Amino acid sequence: MRALFFRVYDIYQFTLQFWKEVFIPPYELREVLNQFFEVGIRSLSIITLTGFITGVVFTKQSRSSLAEFGATSWLPSLMAIALLRALAPLVTALIIAGKVGSNIGAEIGSMRVTEQIDAMEVSSTNPFKFLVVTRVLATTFIVPVLAIYMGGIGLFGSYLNVLRNEQTSFTSFFQEAFVRIGFMDLVMLVVKSAIYGFTIGMTGCYYGYTAQQGTVGVGRAANTAVVVSMFLIFIEEMVLVTIFNSFR
Amino acid sequence: MGCGKVVISLKGIRKSFGPLEVLKGVDLEVCEGENVVVLGRSGSGKSVLIKIIAGLLKPDAGEVVVLGERIDLLEARALQQLRTMIGFSFQGSALYDGMTVRANLEFPLVRNKRQLSAPEVDKAIRKVLEDVGLVRSIDQMPAELSGGQKKRIGIARTLILQPRIMLYDEPTAGLDPVTSVEINELINEVQREYNTSSVIITHDLTCARTTGNRVIMLSEGCFLREGSFDDVFDTDDPRVRDFYQYNFIETSNGGK
Repeated sequence: MRALFFRVYDIYQFTLQFWKEVFIPPYELREVLNQFFEVGIRSLSIITLTGFITGVVFTKQSRSSLAEFGATSWLPSLMAIALLRALAPLVTALIIAGKVGSNIGAEIGSMRVTEQIDAMEVSSTNPFKFLVVTRVLATTFIVPVLAIYMGGIGLFGSYLNVLRNEQTSFTSFFQEAFVRIGFMDLVMLVVKSAIYGFTIGMTGCYYGYTAQQGTVGVGRAANTAVVVSMFLIFIEEMVLVTIFNSFR
Repeated sequence: MGCGKVVISLKGIRKSFGPLEVLKGVDLEVCEGENVVVLGRSGSGKSVLIKIIAGLLKPDAGEVVVLGERIDLLEARALQQLRTMIGFSFQGSALYDGMTVRANLEFPLVRNKRQLSAPEVDKAIRKVLEDVGLVRSIDQMPAELSGGQKKRIGIARTLILQPRIMLYDEPTAGLDPVTSVEINELINEVQREYNTSSVIITHDLTCARTTGNRVIMLSEGCFLREGSFDDVFDTDDPRVRDFYQYNFIETSNGGK
């Protein structure tokens, strides 16, 4: 229990340091852009594939239930609501937690145990700013972009599945899909994804930055970063949905 | 002490990790232009000592004065400023895996000397690489370098900021005898050419004899003996004799 308390306090301090460092120059803009590329472009293929499959499968699963009530025409709007309100941000965040979160934990962890972080420190460079701030900014800004992209790809997958069963045009499908999507839904999508991205970045960086005990510690940092960030994402999902629903 | 200017001064340094007391009240002064070797067995507290000098660890008690500043009390920004004058060569070289040799050297330079133009940065990189004899490795990745080359690049990365103090953590550990001799020569060249004062942490007697103007023997968190290499080992103290003999056996067996 005492260890847990100290761990929570440590994470709090780590997060506080991020907010202190993020506004103070010098800014590592080149590294931020590099991390945008690492997190964004390198995740595009898996997000595309997962988004497409999610759209197709969810449409297939929903069709039979809606058909019982003769309501298959609701599929576009149902899919848009499901994807943009819940699936896209959640699935994107879970994939990025697995792919990027573990990578951050392992990369920073190995830099810690091979003294590369100490080397930055003694060469008068702020390793926290270079390693942590840049990666957290990248995950915070890129996860919302990827979530919107996944929503779009998911809807496209859904459209192709609908097209197999009934005559519909691309335009009418998307017009129908967005009938029940309001501005608040898009705000919610972006805000939720940004919070998930921040969580993934902070968790990966924290466990990597505090890694100990050589290569074992690196593996543990990568693993813990994924498990903890996924757990936190589900908790956040529950809290955020409750908060957003109270504004509807 | 009978020297000019003292650049490093440690007084009553104590450091513990949990119940284990690693340093038990260590005093040390390093003069300008001097190479001080701290010898000791593994686990004797040598690396902790050097990390305290660099401000990577804070002592539990005592004073650490480096270039006139209490490094253990400095704020982050002031500490960062002071560190531009301290070079640290790590035992495992600590080169940034994801960067080429050029990027490794550029990294501290562009962040600490922002006024330098691109050609000036390139010139500075080539100069230090020439000094360590590795210009041809400029575009290689650390994984493509040998252990000795990594050490040299690690030293070059610290020299690029033209430090006044060099700290070497086990500079010859894990190297073959020929490469070790080359690294020892490089340490002496750095002292001459860059006019640095150095603290060299090692358990290698050849390194201590070749590079040290003064040798200190550290055992169980305390300094046992201090003086020239010959003075330190001219004793019947079994801890010093054992260290000498076992080191000699290890050297004659080629480290086997």
